[in-house]
Amino acid sequence: MASIKMGTEQLVPHLFRTEFRKITAMLCRNFGLEYLGDSEDIASECFLAALETWPYKGVPANPSAWLFRVAKNKAINRLRREKSRREGEEGERRREEGEGGEVEVYMELPRVQDDELRMLFAVCHPALSAESQVALALRVCCGFGIDEIAGALLAGKEAVNKRLYRAKEKIRTEGIQLELPEGAELINRLQNVLITIYLLFTEGYYSETNNELIREELCFEAMRLAYSLTELKETNQPEVQALMALFCFHASRFPARKSATGNWVLYSEQDTSLWNRELITKGAQYLHRASVGQYVSRYHLEAAIAYWHTHQVDSPEKWESILELYDQLMKQYPSQVAALNRVYAVYKVHGSELAIESAEKLRLIKSPYYFMLLAELYWEQDNLHARISLNKALELAKTDADRNFIHKRLLSFNYEE
Amino acid sequence: MQEYLLIFRHEDGQKQASPEQIQEWMKQTMDWIGTIAAKNKFVGGNGLPFEDAKVVRAAAEGLLVTNGPFGDIKETLGGYIIVKADSVEEAVEFAKGSPVLQGVGNSVEVRKIASGDGIH
Repeated sequence: MASIKMGTEQLVPHLFRTEFRKITAMLCRNFGLEYLGDSEDIASECFLAALETWPYKGVPANPSAWLFRVAKNKAINRLRREKSRREGEEGERRREEGEGGEVEVYMELPRVQDDELRMLFAVCHPALSAESQVALALRVCCGFGIDEIAGALLAGKEAVNKRLYRAKEKIRTEGIQLELPEGAELINRLQNVLITIYLLFTEGYYSETNNELIREELCFEAMRLAYSLTELKETNQPEVQALMALFCFHASRFPARKSATGNWVLYSEQDTSLWNRELITKGAQYLHRASVGQYVSRYHLEAAIAYWHTHQVDSPEKWESILELYDQLMKQYPSQVAALNRVYAVYKVHGSELAIESAEKLRLIKSPYYFMLLAELYWEQDNLHARISLNKALELAKTDADRNFIHKRLLSFNYEE
Repeated sequence: MQEYLLIFRHEDGQKQASPEQIQEWMKQTMDWIGTIAAKNKFVGGNGLPFEDAKVVRAAAEGLLVTNGPFGDIKETLGGYIIVKADSVEEAVEFAKGSPVLQGVGNSVEVRKIASGDGIH
């Protein structure tokens, strides 16, 4: 016991989560992606094995190497059992008599970066539905557990389990391999990969879950995956740089988006000293590097909009640029969020009258954000209408944070009256 | 000063723990043992995997081999530590800190280890 300083070892935060995806990817590379489920099981068993030893004997000097060794042994044992079951009693007898039957297993050690990119591309195979891709990416590319995925995607555990099960069945039946596509196919698949990473980030950034920790971790995982794409020549495309820029700009406002009491803080009311300057600078560098080639992706447009939002001072130039970018975004990649945000830019450039006109055309009568926006626009000229809109928003709001925000807004409207 | 054996049993067979959750258990277990070790009262211990656990029982019809210590209850984790304590009460206090006890139905059994000096 003398060599072990009990209780002083610190495990690297998220060590098991990180090792989970590395071990799973390594096993899949050695045995094939059709063994994804077995690989996940083995990875989990390694942590239980660690839990049975480390607290008593101390954390090994190289925890990752320990876990990989255990994973390898467990995989070999499983293969042996499988083989003897296939060979039946005949094989069993021969083995007992010492005749051959030994399983020859050569396991390649992890090539971490390579493995993880292959896994990401496999998970984003077009044969899998978008929602399967996101759930599966969280599981095998990020190492989240079922509970954590359910929490992040606001889905039931059963639903998540089913989704993952179906995705793994699909991988088997479609014969999806753990490999990086080449040439044009790589660029094609990259679109899917970027959409999945983008969804991961937006799940975290706009997610309705109240668990703040999960939200930010989702965003950071998305950033990590996008970053891994910038490290390989073939995948380091301008739109990947643009996506990184977008993430950096958004993430720079994390500390300012919520008040100490956990309520949303409106962009215009954020304490800009809480914005992370380092991330803003990083984002600008990525955006600069993204500005090559002819093709303007939605990530370019969204990153450019996010860039202007990092400017603290409201200048005419700022909002005119933002409006122009939203016009382009709506033309090429229309979405509800973009439409609502565009109206706010119209208001900043042309005033409330024109903005209300644009807003009313949208008729997004199921969205609480639509009515929250209307309330802001109406406030200056028609506060009764503003209050009616806020009450409608309150009926439609789904999260405590949104409801609290609307309540606060209603109160401030009353005071100003 | 006597030595006591603290045996813990964990009967949560169904739950699929996430890597993050297992790491949290690991940390709690290390912290628990760490506080005992800080008092210089930790002697040793080990995990007892339930995988391939068997019980051999003497039954009327002969020896009976069953799975696991209890058969019916699906256990997933077990282990023991040996501590030094002045009294069984002190050993029980150590046992109460075990993170295993966060799960309802789990248990820590406290047993004195015979020291062979005829005092116990």
